[in-house]
Amino acid sequence: MAFYEMLDRNGAVRECYAPVQHWVEQTGIGGLNRRLEEAEAIFRRIGITFAVYGEGGDPERLIPFDLLPRIFTALEWRTLDLGIRQRARALNAFLYDVYHRGEIIRAGIMPADIVYRNAAYKPEMAGFTPPGRVYSHIVGVDIVRTGPDSFQVLEDNCRTPSGVSYMLENREIMTRMFPDLFAQGVVAPVDHYPDDLLKSLKEVAPPACKDEPVVVVLTPGSLNSAYYEHSFLADLMGVELVEPADLYADDGLVFMKTTYGPRRVDVIYRRIDDDYIDPLVFRADSLLGVPGLFDAYRRGGVTLCSAPGAGVADDKAIYTYVPDMIRFYLGENAILENIPTWNCAKPDDCAYVLENLHDLVAKEVHGSGGYGMIIGPKATKAEVEAYAARIRANPAEFIAQPTLALSTVPTLGETGIVERHVDFRPYCLVGTQLRLVPGGLTRVALTEGSLVVNSSQGGGVKDTWILQA
Amino acid sequence: MLSRTADNLFWLARYLERAESTARLIAMGQRMAILPGAHHREEWKSIIRVTGSQHLFDKDAVIRESDVVEHLVLNADNPVSIRSCLIKARANGKSIRTALTQDMWEALNEGWRNLENYDVAEARAQLASILDWVKQRAMTFRGATESGHLRDERHDFIRVGGALERAQSVLRLLDVKYYVLLPETDVVGGNRDHYQWTSVLYALSGSRAYHHVYGGVYSPWQITDFLMLNRRFPRSVLYCLDQLSYRLGRLAQWHGQRRPCHASIDAMVSSMAEKTSGDIFRQGLHETVQRTLSDSNRLGIEIAEAYHFG
Repeated sequence: MAFYEMLDRNGAVRECYAPVQHWVEQTGIGGLNRRLEEAEAIFRRIGITFAVYGEGGDPERLIPFDLLPRIFTALEWRTLDLGIRQRARALNAFLYDVYHRGEIIRAGIMPADIVYRNAAYKPEMAGFTPPGRVYSHIVGVDIVRTGPDSFQVLEDNCRTPSGVSYMLENREIMTRMFPDLFAQGVVAPVDHYPDDLLKSLKEVAPPACKDEPVVVVLTPGSLNSAYYEHSFLADLMGVELVEPADLYADDGLVFMKTTYGPRRVDVIYRRIDDDYIDPLVFRADSLLGVPGLFDAYRRGGVTLCSAPGAGVADDKAIYTYVPDMIRFYLGENAILENIPTWNCAKPDDCAYVLENLHDLVAKEVHGSGGYGMIIGPKATKAEVEAYAARIRANPAEFIAQPTLALSTVPTLGETGIVERHVDFRPYCLVGTQLRLVPGGLTRVALTEGSLVVNSSQGGGVKDTWILQA
Repeated sequence: MLSRTADNLFWLARYLERAESTARLIAMGQRMAILPGAHHREEWKSIIRVTGSQHLFDKDAVIRESDVVEHLVLNADNPVSIRSCLIKARANGKSIRTALTQDMWEALNEGWRNLENYDVAEARAQLASILDWVKQRAMTFRGATESGHLRDERHDFIRVGGALERAQSVLRLLDVKYYVLLPETDVVGGNRDHYQWTSVLYALSGSRAYHHVYGGVYSPWQITDFLMLNRRFPRSVLYCLDQLSYRLGRLAQWHGQRRPCHASIDAMVSSMAEKTSGDIFRQGLHETVQRTLSDSNRLGIEIAEAYHFG
């Protein structure tokens, strides 16, 4: 039985949800649904849409928005905040280590293969220390809740976690439409996120930068599914949004082409995958890249955020070792638990997974976006068998986890309030210090009973409230 | 500012102006075609010709209103059609959203796909309201730009693109009049000639302004004077050239540097300002229009080169 976050053990509405309960009663379901239409019209007009590759249909679909906020108490957030920061520190320490002496491997805590033979590991980074020793400047930690006091990390995102624009826009819409709900000032604000992001990016300016750092956001272009977010963040930080063709590298420095001629760039918040940033070093057939960018980076002429190769820390096979990393690098116990995970690369684990697949959730190690996974209890026998065959053929490509009873939260249905499963992604910023705005993106599986919250598969988003003590 | 941003701003304004000018052309064609005894659908053919769309038709094809609606309103593959101009203007805007205000973006984004939903018959049935709607899109964008856009070089690139495209669109409208030949039985200055000239004025929303300036008497010389040489009517060629000169002058100030485009616009303005409508008719209206069009095309290229987006 999933934990319904609105109610306590005795079935009474929890104190933190009381204002929302009151608001729902006052407005009525019909009234709320009318307001939802207004909200959607605003989203459409300002152009918050996302595209999903290979799905066809409307390339500028609106991500569904649910009006009812998801709420955490100050106490709940305290734990989450500490746990997320701890994780961000450990993941960056791990990245520094595996691109230098590899102590964690020498100590026998992690096998060498899953690090060095990982496709996300970039040997070109070996021996190089990025400014501030920061590799992952924005760590998105996906968290699920399974009980009143039980939070678990589903996965880490160390490259360029997306979705933060929804956190900001959802709040913007909610405050615009329901100012009364916020008037008491109990909801912690999130709108300083872009300021924090800019501060963090400036803190990691490269050695060659002597003046105020020039920061840019690098996007693959307006056809990218997250383009809206790229332009939104550039706008709120007041920096240029550049495409690869706007940049060039010259003798260890990077410039953007402006109407005044070339202008130096110091810090690049890039939203392009490692493989495509520099055809001289990574994929030679990439038309997106900036030739010489990586050379400029290694020579200290520019900082790339995130660092190439940071993805090795958020691989699903590496994930199982994060609690070990926290112990090894920080000497602490993990504040947020991992979900127990069977790594099919290990023969014992694999045997267990194959035997119990109908009870488990299995995923491809390198997959994302909710694709290539199977939810055992919801799959047919034939589907389970087909998936088992894939695991047998290539065990190292798969992991499995128990099917979790993800918590549910109140969600607006057509005729009343319904319970829907959610997860949560906060965004921890890493510069010379850590910054974490009290909030994040709550994704909700809008289909009844569904556990898949990905926006590409029928998921929606909600505003997330952290109540101030 | 990124050169790509300048490029997109410049073209965004051009495409939007072009969408509007295509709408105005069609409105003019409609008006000319319903004149008593309109001549063998020459009107529609000349409109197709001045938009450079004649390659879509056989040489001797008879062109009807439905063809014009299909190719100049709905055909997304014809670069001058209203639909493709709106799509491109929005794509330009989308790739540089940070350079636009929210209101400007909303003006571009609102209804940009409306024309997808029409077939030719429906579009014909609602042609007047579609054309009005297009003009309103462009006006909303201009209004948003006028009232909220920061007056830095971004703004100048938008205005440069808009003024250049508008000058060209007025020139093309005038050229339609050249192509719509009068039947042999008619005389220059006769009824039909008169109606054709007033249709040009009407398409440019210039009838009232014309009356204020010339006191209600129509003549080809005065209408030409008004649309080419009047420095106060915002849809005259010389007015647009003055605007270009002013905006390019501001860019030269921002950059502390004059480029070849600055010399060119100065030459274009002074050459046009010296003319009278008598000169224009003596040299040939068509020839003057064509020469000014080619000068303005060259100017567009020089602007792009000057600001590194060529």
